[in-house]
Amino acid sequence: MRRSITKFSRILLSSLVLTLLSFSAMAQNQLAGVVTDAKSGAGLSGVTVTLKGTNKAVQTAADGSFSISTPSASGTLVVSYVNYATSQVSFSGNRVNVKLTQSEKKLDEVVVVAYGTRKKTDLTGSVVQVNAKDFQKGNIASTDQLLVGKVAGLEITSGGGAPGGGSKIRIRGGASLNASNDPLIVVDGVPVESNGIAGSANFLNTINPDDIESISVLKDASATALYGSRASNGVLIVTTKKSRGGKARYNFNTQFSLNEVPASRYVDVLSADQIRNVINADATATGIDTYKKLLGTANTDWQKQIYQRALGKNTNFSAASSFGQGKLNVPYRFSVGYYYQEGVLKTDKFDRVSTALNLSPKFFDDHLAVNVNFKLSHTRNTFADGGAIGSSVAFDPTKPVFSGNPSKNSGYYEWLQADQNPIALATRNPMGLLYQRNNNSLVNRYIGNVQLDYKLHFFPDLHLMANFGLDNSTGWGNDNIDSTSATNFRTKGRFSHYEQKKKNYIADLSLFYTKELKSINSKMDVLFTHSYQDFYTDVFNFAAFGQNGVQIPGTQPVFATDRPQYRLNSYIGRVNFSLADKYLITASVRQDASSKFSPDNRKGIFPALAVAWKLKDEFFKNSSAVSDLKLRFGWGITGQQDGIANYSYLPVYSQSSPTAQYQIGNTFYSFLRPSAFDANIKWETTTTENIGLDFGFINNRITGSVDVYRKKTKDLLSVVPVAPGANFGIDLLTNVGSIENRGVELTVNTVPVKRSNLTWELGFNLTYNENKITNLLKQQDPKFTGIEVSGISGGTGNNIGKFLVGYAPYVYNVYKQVYDATTGKPIEGLYDDLNRDGRIDDADRYLYKKPAPDFLFGLNTTLTLKKFSVGLAGHGMLGNYLYNNFNSNNGVLRTIKNPIVFVGNASANYLKTGFQNNQYLSDYYIENASFFRLDNINLGYNLGDVLRNNTVLRLSASIQNAFIITNYSGADPENANSTGVDNNIYPRPRIYSIGASLDF
Amino acid sequence: MKIKMLNKLILASAVVIAISSCAKKLDLFPVNDLTPDKVYATPEGYKSVLAKIYGTLNSTGNTGAAGNADIAGGLDEGQQTSFIRNLFNAQELPTDEAVVFWNDQTIKDFHALKWTSADPFIKGMYARPIYNITLINEYIRESTAEKLAERGITGAAATDIRNSNAEARFLRAFNYWVMLDLFGKSTFITEADKIGAFTPREISRPELYKYIVDELKAIESSLAPAKTVEYGRADQAAAWALLARIYLNAKVYTGSEQYTEALTNAKKVIDAGYSLHPKYPELFLADNDKCKDEFIFTINCDGLKSTSYGNTTLFVHCAVGDDNQYYGVNGGWFGYRSTKGLADKFFDLSGQTDQRALFTTPAYKPTPDQIELKNLDDFKGNGLPVAKYRNVRSDGKPVSDINLDLSDVDFPVFRLAEMYLIYAEATARGGAGDINLATTYINNLRKRAYGNDNGNIVSATITPQFILDERARELYWEGHRRTDLIRFGQLTTAGYLWPWKGGVASGTAVDEKYNLFPIPAANRTANPNLTQNFGY
Repeated sequence: MRRSITKFSRILLSSLVLTLLSFSAMAQNQLAGVVTDAKSGAGLSGVTVTLKGTNKAVQTAADGSFSISTPSASGTLVVSYVNYATSQVSFSGNRVNVKLTQSEKKLDEVVVVAYGTRKKTDLTGSVVQVNAKDFQKGNIASTDQLLVGKVAGLEITSGGGAPGGGSKIRIRGGASLNASNDPLIVVDGVPVESNGIAGSANFLNTINPDDIESISVLKDASATALYGSRASNGVLIVTTKKSRGGKARYNFNTQFSLNEVPASRYVDVLSADQIRNVINADATATGIDTYKKLLGTANTDWQKQIYQRALGKNTNFSAASSFGQGKLNVPYRFSVGYYYQEGVLKTDKFDRVSTALNLSPKFFDDHLAVNVNFKLSHTRNTFADGGAIGSSVAFDPTKPVFSGNPSKNSGYYEWLQADQNPIALATRNPMGLLYQRNNNSLVNRYIGNVQLDYKLHFFPDLHLMANFGLDNSTGWGNDNIDSTSATNFRTKGRFSHYEQKKKNYIADLSLFYTKELKSINSKMDVLFTHSYQDFYTDVFNFAAFGQNGVQIPGTQPVFATDRPQYRLNSYIGRVNFSLADKYLITASVRQDASSKFSPDNRKGIFPALAVAWKLKDEFFKNSSAVSDLKLRFGWGITGQQDGIANYSYLPVYSQSSPTAQYQIGNTFYSFLRPSAFDANIKWETTTTENIGLDFGFINNRITGSVDVYRKKTKDLLSVVPVAPGANFGIDLLTNVGSIENRGVELTVNTVPVKRSNLTWELGFNLTYNENKITNLLKQQDPKFTGIEVSGISGGTGNNIGKFLVGYAPYVYNVYKQVYDATTGKPIEGLYDDLNRDGRIDDADRYLYKKPAPDFLFGLNTTLTLKKFSVGLAGHGMLGNYLYNNFNSNNGVLRTIKNPIVFVGNASANYLKTGFQNNQYLSDYYIENASFFRLDNINLGYNLGDVLRNNTVLRLSASIQNAFIITNYSGADPENANSTGVDNNIYPRPRIYSIGASLDF
Repeated sequence: MKIKMLNKLILASAVVIAISSCAKKLDLFPVNDLTPDKVYATPEGYKSVLAKIYGTLNSTGNTGAAGNADIAGGLDEGQQTSFIRNLFNAQELPTDEAVVFWNDQTIKDFHALKWTSADPFIKGMYARPIYNITLINEYIRESTAEKLAERGITGAAATDIRNSNAEARFLRAFNYWVMLDLFGKSTFITEADKIGAFTPREISRPELYKYIVDELKAIESSLAPAKTVEYGRADQAAAWALLARIYLNAKVYTGSEQYTEALTNAKKVIDAGYSLHPKYPELFLADNDKCKDEFIFTINCDGLKSTSYGNTTLFVHCAVGDDNQYYGVNGGWFGYRSTKGLADKFFDLSGQTDQRALFTTPAYKPTPDQIELKNLDDFKGNGLPVAKYRNVRSDGKPVSDINLDLSDVDFPVFRLAEMYLIYAEATARGGAGDINLATTYINNLRKRAYGNDNGNIVSATITPQFILDERARELYWEGHRRTDLIRFGQLTTAGYLWPWKGGVASGTAVDEKYNLFPIPAANRTANPNLTQNFGY
């Protein structure tokens, strides 16, 4: 044991920092120096300096300095650093300075993949890793927003501009119709809860983006299959920043931002004068002055009333170093962050306090590597009543905000009926909605894990690894409405409470065997893992009360608590084989057993195979024109079980709410109702094929990749009609149907200019994707007309889309509008009788366009001139169509002269159509929503050393959401709604930020 | 060396333990939902399932007023899956008694008599009774004597459950009658058909007619005697009333007349101790559960505990404009009116002569200009206002829902007045009834309506057409009109036109296929055994 401790301390010396060197008594010559960037002259930190021919190594400190003990006064140092060419420097004496040149190749980059890491050159699957320096810049609240427009095949669409709000994330389009289309997200080895929690608008906002080192996007099945039954929609692996040990390094950064909705992005509605003109003209024409009498004299721009300039602050501090010494040297990184953001919608607010801790000590002669991650966050939300957005574009602009009568509805102007109570179905005062409701929540979350990697003493090729993780969260909040509110005055307001707890656990035990076969320049590794996961939720239900303390009738919950839970038990095997360093093979298989399915269907097997051929090493070994070329082929089967209810294979009876009982005699009895069920329900399975080519030309001044893929999903969870009487319902969620996605992805990154003081980088990515439903029914029926989907606002039960075999999901199903040949205006109520049967009915609707884009593209460019940098990033879509539900619902006279006898506002589109009544199903409202959005303009200035040496101060400024180019007539062409129904989106603000970051 | 051995042992055992201990943890069960063995373990469980069977006539799901819908299928829960609302849309909208001003999907096709097999409302009309029957069959299967014995339920509790079995069969017959009347055929399932992946068969109209009649006769002796059970439950009188209604329409259903059977069953009900409630308007108010004197079978609604947007909540909102206070609700839905067709049945629309003319509210009067349907878009200025159902109590006390949204009004499925009218019509059509007794019955109705004898008629006045008109006056908006017009051959033909019949302002005849609704296309996709009705 004593011997091994000595050896341990030696290795520690060679792998850890300067400060420990003095601890060593063995030094004969103390060699010191500084490693700098050959171009900028800046010190490089974390550079590995090894004494050639020994295993003695140190890392440089933040200023690039190092010190190493050498047995003799002369020798050679090997100096290596990520993204820099490795340099060998001979020395004699005790002082040497080294300049490193940034390498053109970034090929030794290590990429985080499923259950491990791989060198980028050895990747066989379609994996893209985005590192912190390439993330979206500016005011970013949530992890998902870091990747907007950055990766081919990855679509990230924010739900709107709400602070801390969430996004729709799609990798290569959706593979499912009724289950989830969200990718699996894994944070430091812990697959995190995706379904969110009460009180949180976006569960990803509980992770501080400033703590994130990299995000890997796993796209094809050969990359994701190790996640088995949760992998069909791709996987995002988030890796947080770690300490590399060494001298203490600190970072402090802070940012202020101003968010605004430019008036040019307001929804185009009529002004107060326009409303008065319309109504007066109508009164003259009809001789009825009912509505004229209702007109007010105010000129209120309700959108201007509800939106504000909002402030944001983001401050982070981190420290990375190590503590302890000798055999108990523990590298650590600790961070604390505070994020605060007001909404552009008044009364909306989000803030977050977060901390993260990483410890990565090694024990027993480095045989046991321990990695501990712990992230804790505390978020507070104040949710504005989003209904105000819809009200602001529908409320009569001739009315003032306040009625002048403070005793009624706290003074907010509301439409009143004869009894002086608000008209039940009238539009509510937007400001009343905002200020008479207070919905705020707290969400605490901690994600932690301990990873142990034990290299066996007696058999070092074999590692035994364990990963124990947990993801615990608590969300609770109160949603209170004022007693004078027009919406809830009858119950004297409303006080309601919500609360939820989630506890998810994971335990992975792995055996990892790695063997280098030097004789044939080959290597292999084998992984076997047993993984067990438990997902547990505590739901608490509460009655609501009036502000007078009286319980609101009917709100008593059926059950005070509920505890939904599911578990996954999995076995994973993977073999990586690299032959002659040219041919790469990855084969893997995962068996999942899920508690969501009956014992007969519980297990699923998900295999994958990928091969890659390094053409560069085969054919262009010495070419600098072709600096990289690799062909990849991958095949795999993955599953999808998110979105399936926990116990859906069981026949169960559920109890009704207190408001759904039946009176027999004088007693009310609650119901017990059986639910339709499919005892044989199981996961969806997706088979993916992917062919990819990674390339680099002209010394990697041009790099990129092309991928062609096809995804076929079968056993699609689909709600299909069942024969009435055969089950407890007329439709059933069952495994039927299939869908196919095909696409091409292209990523190109170039460095058009690279001089000593000037660098220009330019990158773009392009994705083509098409989705097609290939089957929907158990028994085929030529007369089957598809499943109606995409409910719209207006009327009841109106649907604008369809699921139909041979078409993309949510294809629009509309009437063909007929236009006036002279004026070009659509003629109200006149549609093309497509089947020429002399009447216009459902059979005349046709399938026209679809919401999903044909093409996605992203653009990034950075220009670095000396200490200045300028960056632009944007993204866009082509071929995506939206149903302008705001125009179809509000662009008619009927909304101005509301039949419920109040005056409303209308879309300015009314002036174009002159429609009296809604023409909901007209193709007139299907619009091309192709767009390009400039997400980000950022400026950076690196002041370098300030105050003292080894401190770096960077200043930055950015404009986010600078402009959109589109022909779409609605407020915003980018819509997170899969159905393409666009109505009352929370406007995405334009954000101006300035920030400073200090490393010391 | 020791350490190495120990390492190996720990390793090996850790792996083995970890792997073996997890496999059995995958059998998880819900905490709140119950598996069938638990549901039927207690009499309370049975009662809750029975409550659901009754409740399917009132509510649309397991959460009131909406939510956890019984029937999904892409249908709107409140508007398309409710038993009462479906019945109303099917029976009233295609007739002279109701028009709708909304733009919801195909709802205007009903008054225009031009619906198709793709119609979502019709999909709901088909789905609701069959769904109800599916639940009833399950209950019947689970409430056999053997099952009760197996579960150790004995004594009074067991007897009570056995008796409820007959009620369940009555409700099944009632739901099948809706299928018989609206679709002329039906998916046919009984307690012999278990849940799962099978394809139910179709039953023809004559076959289904016979099944319903046989069932009602078979359960007669098992049902409780009239007026001896709790309010809301079905008794013998309910079965007789349904028989009377079915026999009255036997010619339509089977081609052969059964008028004597119709009047015989109606008479059984009449003689079972019912009497007309003195004030006609009170039959449709929030506390109409006080009208037990006249009600034979009701679907009970409560604005707090038994809620839905498709039960009588529809009635107390849909005809309401800006006169919501009068109706006792928080706001109008600006939806349904009636036509000149109904208005013409009354000599005086003010309600001053005939109390049943409930067409005046503080905001609207049945003036000729108001009644005229100039268009079907503007609710306010068009159509005969109907103020029959109102969510206010005759005693002036507050209703259950403090939000004044959801209705307390119980829906009378069968009431004595209908039995009088069946007796009279069946007699007039040649059944072996007593015309003088029929005259007395009709005069009972008219005396209540007029408050005096001024409206009385003589026996010579009683013709089938007079009864049809009297039915309109007495039973409008109670879900009878389409069946009545079909029985008189007036629904689709040119013999009787009303405003906007066939989609034309002056009214026009339509294809006779509209006497039946089509089998929804989606159902035929799912069940190839179902055949389409002629013409669709």
